[in-house]
Amino acid sequence: MDKLRRTMMFVPGNNAGMLKDAHIYGADSLMFDLEDSVSIHEKDTARFLVYNAIKSVDYEGTEIVVRINGMDTCGKEDIEAVIRAGVDVIRLPKTETAADVVEVDEAMTEVEKKIGKEVGSTLMMAAIEGPLGAINALSIATASKRLMGIALGAEDYVRSMKTNRTPGGVELLAARSAIVMAARAAGIYALDTVFSNVDDEEGLRRETQLIKDLGFDGKSVINPRQIAVVNSIFNPTEKQIDDALKIMKAIKEAEAKGSGVIALNGKMIDKPVVARAERVIEIAKASGLYREEV
Amino acid sequence: MKNAIGKEIPAAIAGIDKVLPYKGLFDAMPEGRIAGKTKKMVKPGDSKLLNSIEEAVEKSGLKDGMTISFHHHFRGGDYIVNKVMDVIAAKGIKNIRICSSSLNDVHAPLVDHIKNGVVASISSSGLRGKLAEAISRGLMEIPVVIRSHGGRARAIEAGEEHIDVAFLGAPSSDDYGNANGYGKAVCGSLGYAMIDAKYADTVVILTDNLVDYPNTPVSIPQTDVDYVVLIDSIGDSSKIGGKETRFTKNPRDLLIAEYCAKVIYNSPYFKNGFSFQTGSGGASLAMSRFLRTEMEKQNIKASFSLGGITKPMVEMLKDGFIGKLFDVQSFDLIAANSIRENENHYEIDATYYANTHTKGCIANKLDVVVLSALEIDTNFNINVITGSDGVIRGASGGHSDTAAAAKLTIITAPLIRGRIPTIVDNVLNIVTPGTNIDILVTDRGVALNRNSDKYEEIKTWITKAGIKVFEIEELRDLAYKMTGVPQKIEYTDKIVGVIEYRDGTIIDVIHEIKE
Repeated sequence: MDKLRRTMMFVPGNNAGMLKDAHIYGADSLMFDLEDSVSIHEKDTARFLVYNAIKSVDYEGTEIVVRINGMDTCGKEDIEAVIRAGVDVIRLPKTETAADVVEVDEAMTEVEKKIGKEVGSTLMMAAIEGPLGAINALSIATASKRLMGIALGAEDYVRSMKTNRTPGGVELLAARSAIVMAARAAGIYALDTVFSNVDDEEGLRRETQLIKDLGFDGKSVINPRQIAVVNSIFNPTEKQIDDALKIMKAIKEAEAKGSGVIALNGKMIDKPVVARAERVIEIAKASGLYREEV
Repeated sequence: MKNAIGKEIPAAIAGIDKVLPYKGLFDAMPEGRIAGKTKKMVKPGDSKLLNSIEEAVEKSGLKDGMTISFHHHFRGGDYIVNKVMDVIAAKGIKNIRICSSSLNDVHAPLVDHIKNGVVASISSSGLRGKLAEAISRGLMEIPVVIRSHGGRARAIEAGEEHIDVAFLGAPSSDDYGNANGYGKAVCGSLGYAMIDAKYADTVVILTDNLVDYPNTPVSIPQTDVDYVVLIDSIGDSSKIGGKETRFTKNPRDLLIAEYCAKVIYNSPYFKNGFSFQTGSGGASLAMSRFLRTEMEKQNIKASFSLGGITKPMVEMLKDGFIGKLFDVQSFDLIAANSIRENENHYEIDATYYANTHTKGCIANKLDVVVLSALEIDTNFNINVITGSDGVIRGASGGHSDTAAAAKLTIITAPLIRGRIPTIVDNVLNIVTPGTNIDILVTDRGVALNRNSDKYEEIKTWITKAGIKVFEIEELRDLAYKMTGVPQKIEYTDKIVGVIEYRDGTIIDVIHEIKE
């Protein structure tokens, strides 16, 4: 099954207290940030801290992503440190062109070669945070085999677009559409931006439903309290799981009978229906909502 | 000699008449009769009203070596202890024993009174701040006796702790001594003070709010009171009432609360008419909210809730989720005012609450209690009195009382606090024996006590509920992996504190820290 990436929780890279056990809240991925949440004077300390956290803490299988600084500052040092520590994914901020991705990919390859790690084993994701990046979404999404996904970073994007965040999210519609289409075309994940008002659960719920309907795989969160809300929206409902199980059962029965045409409740079950049912069951299993009976 | 929980208890301890080592949960049978107090007669027309604390100290006949008592219903806002002790010191009285239901940070001035010989010994539920620091470092020759709330009531009734003069602050009183917890500075329940009033030879009510006779409701009755003194202020009312307890936003507390609520509503006790008690910490308060949601969903109502009462409990009472509240201590202003306003919110004294040597305290009827811990060890023994550095910084409270009495005892604690592991090989000091504890709930998951007599039964329903269960050793290892194994603290031979179990036996002693 594809990995679940419903929630990716931001953890400031200079906060030891949060780094030590950020996985206990149940986010699918953790993103340790070396970029915007760390002041220029603390870059080295944070890199050292994140390096040691990844090396020594057992995150029990939770995917670890590190957001590095731009390649024009200390991005290269970040890449070396976190690959040596064994990070799963490197997140490149403010990606504008395919060349940005290639530059990081090459730097990663260099480190992997140096330490004897399989080249390409460290994944990468690119955050698109401006109109140029949004326009280039497809070329970015296909620029490296390492890319597991592309993400939207909304704050810089809306600033560049000379607009503001609105409750309805119309200002992000173009960027979100561009990103989700590019991701789907490239066969990688589409991940949405953060919802910054942690006290507005209803707003978070609305926005998550919107991006799920658009086709996104998941969303960044900035507080553990947001995890359950986002996960629950990405999880299938009991009825959806039930229907999916019925479809799979009908297929098995048809296969056993050697019947070519499969119908359930008078409706034909075609390929996309089966694929959707499989996806529902996979998410249900991965999120612990459904356990296969043995 | 070693007591039943393996702690070394000396045969003789300064200040304790008869050293009885802890034998087991209900193994110390009470003997004899309840202690009495001096008979008195106040004739019609006699006045109880005095002009000052000085006059009250004089009239009370307080002499060197006597025992005086205080209550801690004013918490961090208390002025009474310091005001009374300053007067006693000024009068040149020495070697006083203080029997307080608890002491906290604001009682740091006691350090000087101890140094000057005014105070010779102390018994209390807990100690905090500078006073606790100094005592932990050997300030006193006679060890402090740490008692649970039920244990203090028991000791007073047994005559083991005889109070000569009780100085009881009251938010309101009439001139004949009818006192209660409402006035300018509201504290609500006077549950601990009610015991002092009942058993002390002499009772002085100190109030900043003298009201017309007769003052009702009568928490402390005129028949127990010798004198009434009107003073400027009994305390800082903003700290007496307690801050309004807010729903925590701390994700770790919320996680623990969620796990804990899940344990409770999957337990066989969670049915119509169940009863429960929780603490006043962030996780406890959040837990009551989660529990409430589930009660609403399953249409379940609790018959009563007990203990220190908080705003969420009061709201559940008002909204019909809890039938009755029994309040020995009101933790916030909402709870304090509710006793007066809600006929199903009752003020109870410490004996009714948790005294084991009675014909049955209300804690005996508890289904579920949720308690906290500074430290818990792999035998589930609990320390709520000393910090990881061996310094006294907590209180026994109702911990051992309710843990022993309730059908299901749950401890909530984070795996690590700051850089300090909560789960350890051996707790520094035992307040509550591990045999009382059924389940530990942490931010990583739960651990079940294999020594609990309900272990198999609990394991069955908790597994069925899909709750992640660890061995406590696994949780300890997880904590140690992050923090390292704590270095052993070095102590001297001197005993600075004696931890009395609720039945009057000694469960542990606290040694002076070597520095």
